[in-house]
Amino acid sequence: MIELKGLTKVYGKGGSAATALSGVNLNIEKGEIFGVIGHSGAGKSTLIRCINLLERPTKGEVWVDGTELTRLGKSQLQEHRRKIGMIFQHFNLLSSATVYDNIAFPLRLTHTPKAAVDRKVNELLALVGLTEHRGKYPAQLSGGQKQRVGIARALASDPDVLLCDEATSALDPQTTDSILRLLLDINKQFNLTIVLITHEMLVIQSICDRVAVIHGGGIVEQGRVTDVFLKPKHEVTKEFIRSEAQDDSPLLAALHAPHPTGATAVKITFLGEKTYESTLSRVAGGTGVNFAILQGTISTIKDTPYGQLIVRFEGDAKAIGRTISELAAQGLDVEVLS
Amino acid sequence: MIFGLDFSAVDWDEMFTGTLDTLKMLGNSAVFTIILGLPIGIVLYLWGRSQIPFVQGFYAVLSFIVNILRSVPFIILVIALIPFSRAMVGTSIGVLGTIPPLVIGAAPFFARLVETSLREVDRGVIEAAQGMGASTAQIVMRVLLPEARPGLLAGITITVVTLVSYTAMSGMVGGGGLGDLAIRYGYQRYEKEVMIVSIILLVVLVQLLQMAGDRLVRHFTRK
Repeated sequence: MIELKGLTKVYGKGGSAATALSGVNLNIEKGEIFGVIGHSGAGKSTLIRCINLLERPTKGEVWVDGTELTRLGKSQLQEHRRKIGMIFQHFNLLSSATVYDNIAFPLRLTHTPKAAVDRKVNELLALVGLTEHRGKYPAQLSGGQKQRVGIARALASDPDVLLCDEATSALDPQTTDSILRLLLDINKQFNLTIVLITHEMLVIQSICDRVAVIHGGGIVEQGRVTDVFLKPKHEVTKEFIRSEAQDDSPLLAALHAPHPTGATAVKITFLGEKTYESTLSRVAGGTGVNFAILQGTISTIKDTPYGQLIVRFEGDAKAIGRTISELAAQGLDVEVLS
Repeated sequence: MIFGLDFSAVDWDEMFTGTLDTLKMLGNSAVFTIILGLPIGIVLYLWGRSQIPFVQGFYAVLSFIVNILRSVPFIILVIALIPFSRAMVGTSIGVLGTIPPLVIGAAPFFARLVETSLREVDRGVIEAAQGMGASTAQIVMRVLLPEARPGLLAGITITVVTLVSYTAMSGMVGGGGLGDLAIRYGYQRYEKEVMIVSIILLVVLVQLLQMAGDRLVRHFTRK
């Protein structure tokens, strides 16, 4: 659906030139929610703005739905942009227009007949739950309501792609949650491809199928969210995931404390249905080792349940060895920590 | 007799005609100033934002011309434009003859005010429109002008108030209106009464215009 090839963006010239993106390649499938996470200044904003060419890449190609946008003339580009919706951190609504007129804006650009505009806008107002606020001006709305107007406006021209530029960063946690649920809804309802950038791992975890981690203008890691989230490889990715959890220095102390009978600490990762099964106690019961849970998370990534436990097995080394291989045989991922 | 002034000597018919002339000059010149200044202001804004070197050159030239017209004192502009007025409207005196210099004097000033208020429009909103496939003309008509409306109305108010004082100045060269009365009676004949009444009428006019402008700005402000 979206293909970025060798995307490079350099701001300025000569000595003061700053490289925002260097040779980014990315492939986004139709109907998926693709997240790009990175710190501020990592280049994620430039990246998403290159997709609809609000920012012209210095080098590289942008392909959307089989068309190379970077090759199009001005009016052809305007045509193709109508099929790419975008929402923004600061909503960017017309302050002089009502909710209704803001949503109607893209339709009026293409001289849509009045009756058709009215039908579409009413439909969208209902979809985002703002029917009662149709006559209000943006200044009279809360942040979450403004973003709903932004979403409705972006959907008005029936786009194939929705770009979300830090769409929830200016919102409080509850509002963020409701906006994310709305995005997930429209993704399912219209099979809409969504690309979002964020600096919050929670956003990625809640709704994304795949994620790319951007750092210093390049993609340092990408893959399915379950893989990247549970088995982060790059230091920056680990940092994003750690910032979700608490301070783990007490855990480290517990891990390295000497144990009288001999013990091994392992990190066990459950994914999918296995998360809710009693595999661990069954296996440990069979091999006769005791275990203590030192740290653990059971949660979901999008709709996939997962669990990650740090467990200390206590008993003789052989029995512990058998426990670990048995767990692995049951399809759990076991990593020995000490 | 009030403070030694005798208002019974004031020719009220003449005062009335003078007021009417001032309003005619003001109305006509304001309309043409907006018709001329608004597009110039839009062009200044668009060219000023351009990244293309030769467009930036156009901006520099236009900006320079606007600055020149703004730096010539109005009273000198009126005199310098006498041949132009004759060519345009057939006369350089009276209500009609004053309108060309009023427009030429006020339009560059108004154009700058337009440029400034367009610059106040949130860049993000313009980008959002670009992202939706809006053309430059659509961005001007559907984003810039509506979003800048309060600023533009304030600019029009300031310009019209400035035009009031310009009409008065044009009285120096036979322009007509209240300024003409004040100069002819007050300055040339030492009849202070007419001058005072003229000034009072001008003050009232400016107050009314400013109040009306402020009301409009408030009405259209959505922030």
